[in-house]
Amino acid sequence: MSDLTMAGAAPTKLKQAPARKNAWLPQRWYVHLLLWIAIIIVGFPLFYAVLVSTQSQAQVFAYQFTPGESFLRNWEIVMVDRRLAGYMVNSVGVSIAVTVGKTLLSLLSGLAFVYFRFPLKWLVFGFVLLTLMMPTEILILSLYQLVIDLDWGNTYTALIVPFLASATGTFLFRQHFMNLPAELSEAAQLDGATPVQFLFQVLVPMSWNTIGALAVIQFVYVWNMYIWPVLIIQGQERQVVQVGLRSLIGGDASLVYGPMMLGAVIASIPPVIVFVLLQKQFMSGFAVTRDK
Amino acid sequence: MPAALPLLLTAAAALIGAGLMAFWFRQSLLPVAAGAAAGALAGGAGSLLFMLPLDYCTFSPESQPIDVALGLGLVAVGMLLLLLPVYWLAGRLRGGWRTLLASDAPPGSFKGWLWPLLLLLPTLAILFLFLYYPALDTLRLATQTSLLGIRGTIFVCVDNFTRLATDRSYLQALGNTALITVMTVGISMALSLLIALAAFQPVKGARLYRTLLIWPYAISPVVAGVIFLLLFNPTGGIINYFLGVVGIEGIRWLNSPTYAPWAVIAASVWKSMGFNILFYIAGLQNVPNDLKEAAAIDGANVFQRFRYIVLPLLSPITFFLLITNTTYAVFETFGTIDYLTPGGGPLQSTETLMYRVYRVGIQNNDLGNGAAQSIILFLLVIALTVFQFRSSGSRVNYGA
Repeated sequence: MSDLTMAGAAPTKLKQAPARKNAWLPQRWYVHLLLWIAIIIVGFPLFYAVLVSTQSQAQVFAYQFTPGESFLRNWEIVMVDRRLAGYMVNSVGVSIAVTVGKTLLSLLSGLAFVYFRFPLKWLVFGFVLLTLMMPTEILILSLYQLVIDLDWGNTYTALIVPFLASATGTFLFRQHFMNLPAELSEAAQLDGATPVQFLFQVLVPMSWNTIGALAVIQFVYVWNMYIWPVLIIQGQERQVVQVGLRSLIGGDASLVYGPMMLGAVIASIPPVIVFVLLQKQFMSGFAVTRDK
Repeated sequence: MPAALPLLLTAAAALIGAGLMAFWFRQSLLPVAAGAAAGALAGGAGSLLFMLPLDYCTFSPESQPIDVALGLGLVAVGMLLLLLPVYWLAGRLRGGWRTLLASDAPPGSFKGWLWPLLLLLPTLAILFLFLYYPALDTLRLATQTSLLGIRGTIFVCVDNFTRLATDRSYLQALGNTALITVMTVGISMALSLLIALAAFQPVKGARLYRTLLIWPYAISPVVAGVIFLLLFNPTGGIINYFLGVVGIEGIRWLNSPTYAPWAVIAASVWKSMGFNILFYIAGLQNVPNDLKEAAAIDGANVFQRFRYIVLPLLSPITFFLLITNTTYAVFETFGTIDYLTPGGGPLQSTETLMYRVYRVGIQNNDLGNGAAQSIILFLLVIALTVFQFRSSGSRVNYGA
């Protein structure tokens, strides 16, 4: 073999996997094995919940590890008798309203902080950023009194409006906008665009990753909110699903696991779907905050 | 209370403030007289910050030593709150008065002052009305005995705070919170790092594996509570079934004050792992391969490479996760606890500080006591965050 052919062959050879004895095993099979064990451990509680949601109480107590035939019966108990369908609709509405509103307000404040010059900007930004240190949970008692004073008790307004402003969102969009070239806004001004036109026609199309990241965080946060709706919403009409799950546990009878697990699984579907769909955006959106 | 006391305290505070700021202004080469004047003003005003609303009630004749100590503490905190901005402003002032008013903006910023005002108005209004105002209002509530929904209130000075110091069930809740927080954060982060070490490697189907590992992030604390209510149930619960297979019988997880906190910890660990795995995978992917290879050539084994190369480079992520996980364990476990062990568990063994705020403030209708607990909880979380910042400051590696 001449040197010339050697030089030509070497790179392609390097790319190939080294010859292995057990060709039927995937490469680095132990990593795959470890990962599957981890997935099974992490997933087990939910898998088991899904399994139980198809079973009758007797089958649960008998530790039957195959699907039962009570799914439709459980479905009826959960969705119709215990009105989970209504709670789900309420949760979807509140979560979408807060997510959209928060994203919008954060875009507006991000625009103001990056593309405008105004006195004491640092102070105003500090005012926004400081709220990161104030978890709503701490303020829950006086927030509750305030909302009652405003006569917002038992309304969606009380579930939505107090959560529309976001320091996280403002910060994420500010970081993102600051990394965009300045020529964008110069060009927009030459074209005579107003700031709002500039925001929606230039910035938003370039910000889908950040918007997606924020949407995941906010949707999951609002969907999973519990203590606030417990306080603010009385009765079943307007209750959200996290509180509504109580109706599958409390009160009249001993615990019936099938419907209970079905309820838990149904209540988890929307946030898990949103999260899995926007996973990539979620990660890259956070990468922005870690860079700076 | 001696009539001269308010005057005396204010004068002392002004003097201390003047001294501190004069020293600081001298250090930063600013006019000393201006520093002394600003310090005296801030110090004096700071001592009044809490004492005027409280009307010096902590120093009344029937005050206990603990009231007086708390009163002096409040004077000190008030001074600190007003002196810190002066201290910080002085740093900025070195660049001249202009830097205070100037704002950084890219070359292509828009003109006009009305626009930013309009754009920021909704955010600022909501933050003020629903965060800042309730925060201040919590301070007012904490000095009162007031019943939810009833207008009449009685001013009780700092009694709501001093009562907590001797309240055994409050101290128990503090212990429960410490146990649940430390165990949840520690176990969840350690397990997540282990799993992330397997999951970050570029094997076939890595993206699918990751998705299958991190989805519990989206599960709610409430759902975690519901599912673990089944898993831990003495009859029909799968955990006791498995334990029975290996010969351990009949642990009544949710009815035993010893085991109930661990059921909460297990559910919280499960729920928080997705988030931690996600960030550890991202962190591990940023560890440069050539560093590990170089160490391997130098003869470092797997564990040494992990200990001396990977772990230090992961420290910013670990630090970030430490803070977010602590906040999670302190506040968000509420939903898990309320479903898994309603009412705070057997003998209040799963009652955390947050759960107690709810139980005392809302269920027992003692708003003042609940507000005082909220403030202490807030200070605890802030202190913990600052402590974590401090203790990891020297070790966190931001190089990568």
